[in-house]
Amino acid sequence: MKFAILVNEGPYTHQASDTAYQFTKAVLAKGHEVFRVFFYHDGVNNATRLTTPPQDDRNIVNRWSKLAEEHNLDMVVCVAAAQRRGIVDEGEMKRNGKDATNLAPGFRISGLGQLIEAGIQADRLVVFGD
Amino acid sequence: MSTTKQFMFVNRKAPYGTIYAWEALEVVLIAAAFEQDVSLAFLDDGVFQLKKGHQTKGIEVKAFEKTWGALEDYDITKLYVDGDSLKERGLTADDLAIPVEVLSRAEIGKLMEEQDVLLSF
Amino acid sequence: MLHIINKSPYDRPALDSALNTGEGAILLIEDGVYAAAKGGAAEAKIKAAQGKFKVYALQADLEARGLADRVTDGVTAVDYGGFVDLVAEYKTNQSWL
Repeated sequence: MKFAILVNEGPYTHQASDTAYQFTKAVLAKGHEVFRVFFYHDGVNNATRLTTPPQDDRNIVNRWSKLAEEHNLDMVVCVAAAQRRGIVDEGEMKRNGKDATNLAPGFRISGLGQLIEAGIQADRLVVFGD
Repeated sequence: MSTTKQFMFVNRKAPYGTIYAWEALEVVLIAAAFEQDVSLAFLDDGVFQLKKGHQTKGIEVKAFEKTWGALEDYDITKLYVDGDSLKERGLTADDLAIPVEVLSRAEIGKLMEEQDVLLSF
Repeated sequence: MLHIINKSPYDRPALDSALNTGEGAILLIEDGVYAAAKGGAAEAKIKAAQGKFKVYALQADLEARGLADRVTDGVTAVDYGGFVDLVAEYKTNQSWL
């Protein structure tokens, strides 16, 4: 079965990203396919590579990046939500005249159409938020 | 991509206090642009999104009301509101900025069961 | 339909909203698992719902909150894999955020 996952909250403040991560891992462990993980609202903050959590805490951003690398996951950050909250890749930096990028490995910035496409293509879409 | 699915957006949050309602509306318009079968359900505090007469100059945030008008341009006409949620909040359909279909919670529940995708914000 | 609830019943009305709207299954996750604890005001609500809904709670969230040994009778604890199975089992799911 094909799953799509929507993450609507950032790391640490809410449990949503943690639960979404554990759920995504379980989907893969069950042999299902993850069509896409889409990050929206403050969920885009899961994609900043500039976080430095204490060493004895989980690194939520790195954990997502690693999972993406291991399973070739498509992790998409909503461009409109990212622009509002300062999540920037090379293209966005140039387009909006910014002086830095902060998108973590494994994530890509794209439009909301990617969420709708995930809804169309996947058999199940699960929303994690607050 | 010619597949059409039934997408229902379940709106349960009041506007302005958080961004959820506004960003949900952005997804609604994209879903319509993808020519999906889009409907909106308003339950709980979500009914406050539809209250007419928003004056948002003082809080410097874009008002909702104008966007509701745009829904029709996108052929989004299936707007369902939970009657109990309205009543509990001292509202009637006359207080709302756009025409909607007022249903019972059970009726909205049935519609939710029929959907392919439920998006809640 | 699978109703996913992540809010404490003592804070927000997400559980009530789900109970009043549909049927099928309720999965309590995150702070939603407080509804699955014996002895609280929510216990009666969960028991009353069991005629209409199958009720599940996420084991990791129960354990994290010290509730694993006081789960209301009839509530089934599931792990993340069980969460996945429930989503697969029901055609639609709604997260009552």
